Amino acid sequence: MNFDPHHLVIAPILIPLVAGALMLFFDDRERRLKTTIALLSSLALFAVAVVLLQRVHVGNDAVALVYLLGNWPAPISINLVADRLSALMLVLTAILAIPALVFAVERWAKAGPHFHSLFQFLLVGLNGAFLTGDLFNLFVFFEVMLAASYGLVLHGSGSARVKSGLHYIAVNLVASLIFLIGIALVFGATGSLNMAEIALRAATLEGFAEPALHVGLAMLSLAFLVKAGMWPLGFWLVPAYSAAAAPVAATFAMLSKVGIYALLRLALLVPASGEAFGAMLIFIGGSFTLVFASIGVLASQSMQRASAYFVLMSSGTLLATFGISEPGSTAGALFYLISSTLAVSALFMVVELLEREQDAAADVLAVTMEAYGEANPEDEDDAEIGQMMPGALAILGIGFALLALVLIGLPPLSGFLSKFAILHAIIGPPSVEIAGGGTMRVILATLLIVSGLTALIALARMGIRTFWAPVESFAPRVTIVETAPILFLLAVLVALALQAGLVMDVVTATAGDLHDAERYLDAVLGAERVPPFAEESQ
Amino acid sequence: MELLIALAIGTLTGSGVWLLLRPRTYQVVIGLALLSYAVNLFIFSMGRLRVNAPPVLDGSMPVDPAAYTDPLPQALVLTAIVIGFATTALFLVVLIVSRGLTGTDHVDGRESDR
Repeated sequence: MNFDPHHLVIAPILIPLVAGALMLFFDDRERRLKTTIALLSSLALFAVAVVLLQRVHVGNDAVALVYLLGNWPAPISINLVADRLSALMLVLTAILAIPALVFAVERWAKAGPHFHSLFQFLLVGLNGAFLTGDLFNLFVFFEVMLAASYGLVLHGSGSARVKSGLHYIAVNLVASLIFLIGIALVFGATGSLNMAEIALRAATLEGFAEPALHVGLAMLSLAFLVKAGMWPLGFWLVPAYSAAAAPVAATFAMLSKVGIYALLRLALLVPASGEAFGAMLIFIGGSFTLVFASIGVLASQSMQRASAYFVLMSSGTLLATFGISEPGSTAGALFYLISSTLAVSALFMVVELLEREQDAAADVLAVTMEAYGEANPEDEDDAEIGQMMPGALAILGIGFALLALVLIGLPPLSGFLSKFAILHAIIGPPSVEIAGGGTMRVILATLLIVSGLTALIALARMGIRTFWAPVESFAPRVTIVETAPILFLLAVLVALALQAGLVMDVVTATAGDLHDAERYLDAVLGAERVPPFAEESQ
Repeated sequence: MELLIALAIGTLTGSGVWLLLRPRTYQVVIGLALLSYAVNLFIFSMGRLRVNAPPVLDGSMPVDPAAYTDPLPQALVLTAIVIGFATTALFLVVLIVSRGLTGTDHVDGRESDR
């Protein structure tokens, strides 16, 4: 049998599925074997994702690679679509998965059963959700992803995890039911589940079908926004993410982006009265999320909670920017998505290494003391003088500082570049000619800059408290295996800044595709079947 | 028949939402189960209600689509039932673990102070 490169499109789903299932056959004591399989699978995923991105971005033959399952003709077949956006998200997922896995090897993978299998199934769900071109399969992959995430959020057990896990599961089950209602309404209105076909038929609906479609889309958006953590739907996110084990939380940074991805895809594919579906509401919700996250970051007493609020801050920025709904701002937002997800993910790991040695109560004490202006009772104690700064602490300190630069949006790293790209698109010279939305632009620009300031204050406080003036002196016992993933993510962030031109090329092309739904429709609906196939006999 | 289905969905949704907002974990599980029944019926009704029409095509003769009901919602409902069943089972396990760890069946893991 010839190997058809076409089949690469389904590989990101099959590889982790097979790897995860394979590992179920082995006992958890076979740790080395499981780690090897998991790592091989993630590396293969990365390779496939990069090849896919290269094919859809560089190869100018098609905007999207379409894989027709079972080789049925185009609108009938369940399809997988790898366009620029999907491929970009696949690459990002793989880049996050590798360090999270390595980080887990030393400690967290031992904390409970079936960590590696659950992790692979999570990847199946993520990749599937990014690739599918079919609304119901989107739901199925969401469920696969969520089912694995329920297991992972409880990984390591403990009453804090179970308590927040219970809320997490309940909220997401309700969101899934809302998702189903949305799918049913859209199907009832258009008679199709294929996203491209829905978009095509949406334009010609009449009578009762049009409001039904819009209500359906609104229900779907609600489910996606719960996942993305938009205010006021995202109160479950902070407790769940801050209680989860570090490598899990690091991967969950990607989970909230699935909601944003799905929203973006659907809103732009099925426009209502000339603009993206519900753009105004998304903008308002995103702005409130940004405000809520900024306050939350300042109010957080533990670093884990603050990191979880940074997930919200990233969601809020993205939603508010997508609400503007222009190719330029969307391109900037996609760049921001990449850099902020990587940074938050790395922050979860750094914070875990730092807090591991510290008493959680010490953190609360430090903030309370600052608030009440009490002097540090240990200031008199001179015993700490002359103690060498341990190497691990130095590495973590530098890592923390670099991540802070990205999250705040200070030059020279990618956080600054991506925020600059957004600001340039919304209030820069090219936008002067575009009439309307002036207030929205000013609000968004203000919020972006103010949220950067609150992030700066919060992170500076965290850094000073941990590295310069800890309540108790501490030396984190950190192994090389646990530092390597953080260094890897930092290297990726630095590379993002160095290769910013290349990244901007990709995201600009992606945003162009997104805002020109015709290209997606042509590619998906015009997909050719792979010969040989049996002709229909009449 | 339309009225009956609509009333059934409405009753199930109403009871489901009310139970979901109750403080006991077991009530939440039952609420979720009722809601998922309501949603399944709703999906089913979106394929338009038909009586005495089979969903499976008979391949031996030329097909008249008007004689059949839409098979797709039925397949969707089946998938939704399976997924709902699995997640409810998982939720039950978490419920029991939470009861064991915290000693209470309150959703917040502690009794509210009144």
